[in-house]
Amino acid sequence: MSTGTTKLDVVVSDVVPVNELVTRFHFRRRDGELLPTFSGGAHVVVEMRDGDRTRLNPYSLMGSPLDTREYTISVRRDDVGRGGSLFMHRSVKPGLEMVISYPVNLFSLDLRAKKHLMLAGGIGITPFMAQTAQLAGEGGNFELHYTCRTASLGTYADVLRERYDRRIRLYHDDRDERIDLDRLLSTQPLGTHLYVCGPAGMINWVRDRAAALGWPSEAVHFEHFAAPQPGLPFDVTLAISGKTIRVDEQQSLLEAIEAAGVDPPYLCRGGVCGQCETNVISYDGKFIHNDHWLSEEDHRSGCKIMPCVSRFEGRSLVLER
Amino acid sequence: MAAKSIISRPVYGTLSPQPGKHHLFIADAEGALAISDMAAKAPAGFFDGAEIDFIPGPDNKHVAALEALRPAQFHQAPSFASLLPRLKQTLGNAHMGLRLYLAGTEGLIGQAMQVALEAGIDHTSMQTEHRGSLARRMQCVHCKGITENVTTQPSTCSHCGLLLLVRDHYSRRLAAFQGVCINAEDRSEIPPMEEAFP
Amino acid sequence: MGITFRKETFRDDFTFRNSPEHIRRFPFPFHEDAYMYAVNIEPHVVGPRGSVLENLIDVDEHYVAEMQDRALVLAEDPLRCQSLPHMTLAGWDLLELLMEQQALGYPEHFTLTRDGDRWRWINRPLGIDDTFTFGDTSTLPYGPMEYITRQSQGDFCILDQRDGNLWMDAGMVTTQADWSLDFDIGMNFFEWHAPVPLAHEKGIFTRALKFLTNIQQGKPARRLNWTMTINPRLDTSPENYHKWGPDRTTVTPENVGDKVHLRVELQSFWRLPRSNGIVFPIRCYLIKMDELVTQPKWARRLHRVIRDLPEELATYKGLTRYRPTLVEWLSKLDDGSATSPGFGPD
Repeated sequence: MSTGTTKLDVVVSDVVPVNELVTRFHFRRRDGELLPTFSGGAHVVVEMRDGDRTRLNPYSLMGSPLDTREYTISVRRDDVGRGGSLFMHRSVKPGLEMVISYPVNLFSLDLRAKKHLMLAGGIGITPFMAQTAQLAGEGGNFELHYTCRTASLGTYADVLRERYDRRIRLYHDDRDERIDLDRLLSTQPLGTHLYVCGPAGMINWVRDRAAALGWPSEAVHFEHFAAPQPGLPFDVTLAISGKTIRVDEQQSLLEAIEAAGVDPPYLCRGGVCGQCETNVISYDGKFIHNDHWLSEEDHRSGCKIMPCVSRFEGRSLVLER
Repeated sequence: MAAKSIISRPVYGTLSPQPGKHHLFIADAEGALAISDMAAKAPAGFFDGAEIDFIPGPDNKHVAALEALRPAQFHQAPSFASLLPRLKQTLGNAHMGLRLYLAGTEGLIGQAMQVALEAGIDHTSMQTEHRGSLARRMQCVHCKGITENVTTQPSTCSHCGLLLLVRDHYSRRLAAFQGVCINAEDRSEIPPMEEAFP
Repeated sequence: MGITFRKETFRDDFTFRNSPEHIRRFPFPFHEDAYMYAVNIEPHVVGPRGSVLENLIDVDEHYVAEMQDRALVLAEDPLRCQSLPHMTLAGWDLLELLMEQQALGYPEHFTLTRDGDRWRWINRPLGIDDTFTFGDTSTLPYGPMEYITRQSQGDFCILDQRDGNLWMDAGMVTTQADWSLDFDIGMNFFEWHAPVPLAHEKGIFTRALKFLTNIQQGKPARRLNWTMTINPRLDTSPENYHKWGPDRTTVTPENVGDKVHLRVELQSFWRLPRSNGIVFPIRCYLIKMDELVTQPKWARRLHRVIRDLPEELATYKGLTRYRPTLVEWLSKLDDGSATSPGFGPD
C-alpha cells in the first residue's frame, strides 16, 4: 500500500517581498484552526493551479514549530525554471485559497547531537530558520554559518543576527568572505552533527571535506533543493493504466503522470526520497537523470527513473504505471 | 572467529585505515595482531596521528610489536577498568574526525564501544575486529547483574545464581549478551554445561 | 453513559474476566484457518461501533484494573519505563496524542482543556485533575511519557527515526509478551526483532521498515499480533519469567478452558509531529478459552491454527509444553465444518 500525506485547505494571509529575488508567503487554515505542529526541517508541498496546469513544489517551513497559527515559506524566483516560482511570485496574492500537504520531514535534526553545526547557502537558509527556532526554544546548542551572494540577498540575515548574535556567522561572496571549512570541521567536539542546505556544489564540497577529515557519514545531513528542470517535450506510455501522455517543456514527468489521473506516491518532489521510483518497461532513447536517489548502476541500467525530476529524450518510453 | 547467528549478534570486520588525521586504537591480547596486520596496508605516516591503548594478555606478548609502529602515543594498561578514566578524558577532549579502531575480545570491543557511544561517536563509524577468546559478557535479565568471561552454555549468573541460557541476542548499550533462566518452567531440568565460547 | 470499569486482578487470584459484550468485541486475529507471518499492515482508521476499533485509542472495561497492575509492576521494577535523554520531546508528542484521543473518544471519562501551553487534564476513572505547562517537565509528577502512559492501556514504544532506520529509544513496557525493554532499548528495528524466527529470511522486516519510515502525520497504520498466556497475566516479562514460566506446566485437560488465554496485540504506528519519531502502541487483549469458544466459529478456527502451526513458531511463542493438551481440548469443539472468512464471530 502507498503512503501519502493529508491535505490542508489554506488561505494566503500575507505576501512579503524580502529582496529582489525572494518573496515570503504566509498561510493560515481556511477554517481558522491551528495548523498541525511540525519538526524543524519539515516542508509542505504546495499545489499551484495555473490555468489547466497543476504544479506541485516543496517548500521548507520557516516559522517556529512552537507557533502554528500560520505557516511561512520563502520562494526564490527562478526565471529559467519550469515556472513554479514565477507562478508564486506573480499570481499568488493575499486572500487566494490554496491546498498544501501536511508537513513532511526528510531533513530532521538528530536530537542526540551535543552540538548542531549548520551550513546554509542562499535560499538554503529556510529549513534552518525553523530548526534554530526549535532549538533555541529548548536551550539547544547550535551554530549557523550562512553564505550569501550579497548583503541584500542575505535573506533574513538581520533577523538571525538579532535573534542569535554570535551563534550566527555571515559570509558575503561579493566581499570575498569564505567559510574556512577545514578549520571549522577540525574543531568540533565529538557528538557534533553537521547539516548543510544550499546549491549542489556547496553540498558536494562540504560532504567531500567532511569525509576526508574523518567525519562519519551518519553525522552529516544534507538537503538539496532540486527543482525539476524544464526540457524538451517527450511522450510516454503508461503500461498499467494504458495511457499515453506528453510531458511538456515546463512540466515534470511526475506532473504529467498526475495530470493523466494516475497518482504515484511522493513526498519530496525533489529526487531524494525515493517514493516515486518507477520501473522502466522499455525505452529507445536516453535518460536525463537529475535525482539523488538511484545509484550510478541504476542510472546506467535504464531500468528505473525518478519522474519528479528526471526526463527523457528519444523515440519511446514505456513505464510501469 | 565469532560466528554470525541472529541479526542483533554483532558482526566484526577487519580493521582498515580510515580517512582523517586522528586515530585511536584500543586492543587487548591477540587484538594487537589485527593492528599490525592493518599497519601493513596503512599509508605512510598513518600512525603519526595515532594513539594505541593496549591491554596485554597474561602472556604479555605483542607490546614491542605495537611500540614498533611508532604511534604518537602508546599506552599499556593492566585492565579495561584501569584504562577507563583515561579513555573518557581522551574522548571528552577529542574533536569530530577522530576515528576509532577496536580489536580483540568481544568483551573489550563492547565495553570500549559503550564509552565511545556515550561520547557521541556513531557505532557504524567504528572499525572492529575480533581476535582471540570467544568468552562473553552476559546480563542476567532477571537480576540485571553482568557476568564476565562466560564460556559455557548454559551458564550460572554470578550475582543471583540462576542457571541461564546464554542467548545470541546482544545489546550494544549494555555491551552484553542476554541470559535467560533456562529451567524456569521446570527447575528439575538441569542441562549439562558445555564449553561453547572458548 | 460511559464504561463500567471492572474490579479485577492480573496476578495472584487472577479475577480477570470479560463481560459478554467484551467477548464479542474481542479482536480475534485469524481471518483463515492457518497462520503465517505477513506484512499485515493496514491504515488505522475508525472501525465499526462495538468493536475495538471504534476509537483509534481504545479504552475498555479493564482500564482501571490494568492501570493498577501497571503501577504495581513499576513499583517492583522501575526499569520497565525508560526514555533515553534525547526522547523527551517525543514524550510530549505522545502525551498530546493520548490526551487528545482519549478525551475525543470518551468525553464522559476524560477532559482536556488547553489555553496556550497551560493545559488541564481530568481523568475521572483514576481521580486525576492536573494543570501543567506543556513542554515543562517540572510541572508534571513524572516525565511526559511516563505520566500519560500510566493512564493509557497497553505498552508504548517510541522510536527515533535516523539513518533510514527506527531506534527503540523510549518505552513503557509492562504488558509485553516476553521481551525486555531494559535490554532492547537503543536497538534498531532489525536488532530488536532479531529473535523472531523465519521472518527475516522472508524479507518481512525490510519491507515493514520501508513502510514505517514513510508514515506521515495524520495517517497512522496498524496490525495484529498474537500469542498465548497461561492465566490472565499481563506482566509476562523475561525479568519475571522464573515466576510465570512454571504456569505453563500447570495446564491439564480439565483446566484448559479456564487457564489458557489467547493474547492479542493490536499494534499501531503514528508519526509524532515535533520529534518526527514514531510511536508504537501495543494494546493487549486477553480472553480465556471458555470465553472464546462461546463463539463456535472461533473455536473451530483456533483449533486448526494451533494444530497446524509450524514448530519454530510454536516454540518461539512458548506453546510447546501445553500445545497437545490445548489441541486435544479444542478438537472436541471442531466438527470439521467450514468457517466463514473474516475475523468476526458469526
